[in-house]
Amino acid sequence: MHELQITERILDIVLKHTAGHEISRIVRIHLRIGALSDLEDEWIQHYFNYLSKGTVAENAELAIKRVGAQVRCRPCESAFEVTREELKNPQCPDCGERDWELISGREYVIENMEVL
Amino acid sequence: MSDPVRLIEIKEEIHADNERVAQTLRANLQKTKTFVLNVMSSPGAGKTTTLLKTIETLGDRFRFGVLEADIESSVDAERIAARGIPAVQLRTGGFCHLDAAMVTKGLEAMDLDALDIVMVENIGNLVCPAEFDTGAIRNLTILSVPEGDDKPLKYPLMFTVSDVLLVNKIDYLPFSDFDLEALRRRVLALNPQIQIFEISSKTGQGFDKWAVWLSREADTFISAPDTSRPMIGKFTSVSRC
Repeated sequence: MHELQITERILDIVLKHTAGHEISRIVRIHLRIGALSDLEDEWIQHYFNYLSKGTVAENAELAIKRVGAQVRCRPCESAFEVTREELKNPQCPDCGERDWELISGREYVIENMEVL
Repeated sequence: MSDPVRLIEIKEEIHADNERVAQTLRANLQKTKTFVLNVMSSPGAGKTTTLLKTIETLGDRFRFGVLEADIESSVDAERIAARGIPAVQLRTGGFCHLDAAMVTKGLEAMDLDALDIVMVENIGNLVCPAEFDTGAIRNLTILSVPEGDDKPLKYPLMFTVSDVLLVNKIDYLPFSDFDLEALRRRVLALNPQIQIFEISSKTGQGFDKWAVWLSREADTFISAPDTSRPMIGKFTSVSRC
């Protein structure tokens, strides 16, 4: 539901990073999003197309890479990565326990952008 | 020949600003010794009634305040204020969640030195509030029996970020096929550390155990020395988006 707000942040940040560069347009923006995010890629792009009209980011493609969540096994402390589906009941690959805590999984990072 | 594409590094976390505001707020709450509880649920799960009953149960031990967030109305804040409890209404104007800046603004309108526990009633929604760190000390989710025991499967993030779950309206259980054991199993698989209490805000059933948990958490926080060191909240340990 809050894709619009997130998209505004993306646009603000990429436009800020155009300062000091000679850019005719932004071609692609690479995002890394954690497995726990509920945001819909399609809607983010849709809102981005709307918000970026008239800016150098108009028509830029959002290349979204989903990354797994990192969890730590509480008994043996080993860290491992799980997909969103596996997060429903992760099992430690080292000791087999199911007692764990989240380390990461909700990153929302703008990695870089391809510009002309 | 077309211009070559160049790559510009950005490496910026979209929610870094909210994260900073949340950490600042938690540090301030340590100074004022105010335990802030972020209360999340679907619309109609019984947030306001549960808050009122909680204050009724613990009102002689702690000084309570309530921060109410609503998209449009102020009916909940009016209900709270009618009982003589300090209440501040945040109208979010269409926002589907609270973030740390909004909570900070709402708390600025309260005399935090005169309050031990402030309960923040987030927007009724099981999706968006789970994604934003509000700067609260603990996160509570309320799930009511009529909503069904499948909600952890549908909205896993909400149950993952919460420290405590209240299963409300257990007086409806005899008329429902809600499976408490299945719910517990699903929630604990998502979050092995979560505390689960079964309550009825209507009858008061189960409030004794919930009140013990809340008192202990609030006492521990209030009596902790002020190190002015930002607390690591549940959200922040999850590398906030």
